[in-house]
Amino acid sequence: MKTNDIILQTVTKFTLFVIILFSIHLFFAGHYYPGGGFIGGLMTSGAIVLLLLAFDIKTVKMILPVDYLKVVAVGLLFAIGTGAGALFFDKPFLTHAYTYAYLPLLGKTSLHTAVLFDTGVFLVVIGVTMTIIQTIGESE
Amino acid sequence: MFDAVLWISVTFISLAMIGLIYRVIKGPTVADRVVALDAIGISLVSVVALVSIVLETSAFLDIILLIGILAFIGTVAFSKFLEKGVIMEYDRNGDR
Repeated sequence: MKTNDIILQTVTKFTLFVIILFSIHLFFAGHYYPGGGFIGGLMTSGAIVLLLLAFDIKTVKMILPVDYLKVVAVGLLFAIGTGAGALFFDKPFLTHAYTYAYLPLLGKTSLHTAVLFDTGVFLVVIGVTMTIIQTIGESE
Repeated sequence: MFDAVLWISVTFISLAMIGLIYRVIKGPTVADRVVALDAIGISLVSVVALVSIVLETSAFLDIILLIGILAFIGTVAFSKFLEKGVIMEYDRNGDR
């Protein structure tokens, strides 16, 4: 039986961008406000889950041709890389550095290597949740 | 005075949530329970908003949007399970 989910699919197409923007906001607000890599990654995977609900697994694989296990690996590399980067400057493992830069559009911005570590957390959370959900969803 | 108004509002929303919990427990069909759970989530949004006014903080404002999104995704997932028996199909236009 073919069902017509036009309302769900249209609502998804609009809501998806709101959820993705909210997750990006949560990710970048994490240093000064509540948020961070974990909840940002969970919201991004929530957006992908909404896409999976409104469409099917095959279509979502065509839209996002991503191997989520590789996403986990890249996230772990980010975390280890920021940790090991401190070793090149004669500092202990996982020592973070920060600076204030004057970027052309953003003005005075604090650049912190903890953001790179948080990117690793973000990618690992997306990869793990999407691997779990897709593996359960594909099994018959 | 203003705090009293806020606490009265929280009390009434809590009473509404008790009524919804009655519907979740008693509801004859599953659809009743799903709608009641969705409404509980939305009531929770207003409780969080009122409590964040009482505590004079803006730290909970992200939680409001978060509960809204999660309630939406959960309700969509449950209603799709009720309608089709599966939550995610592999190929919608195929034979599976």
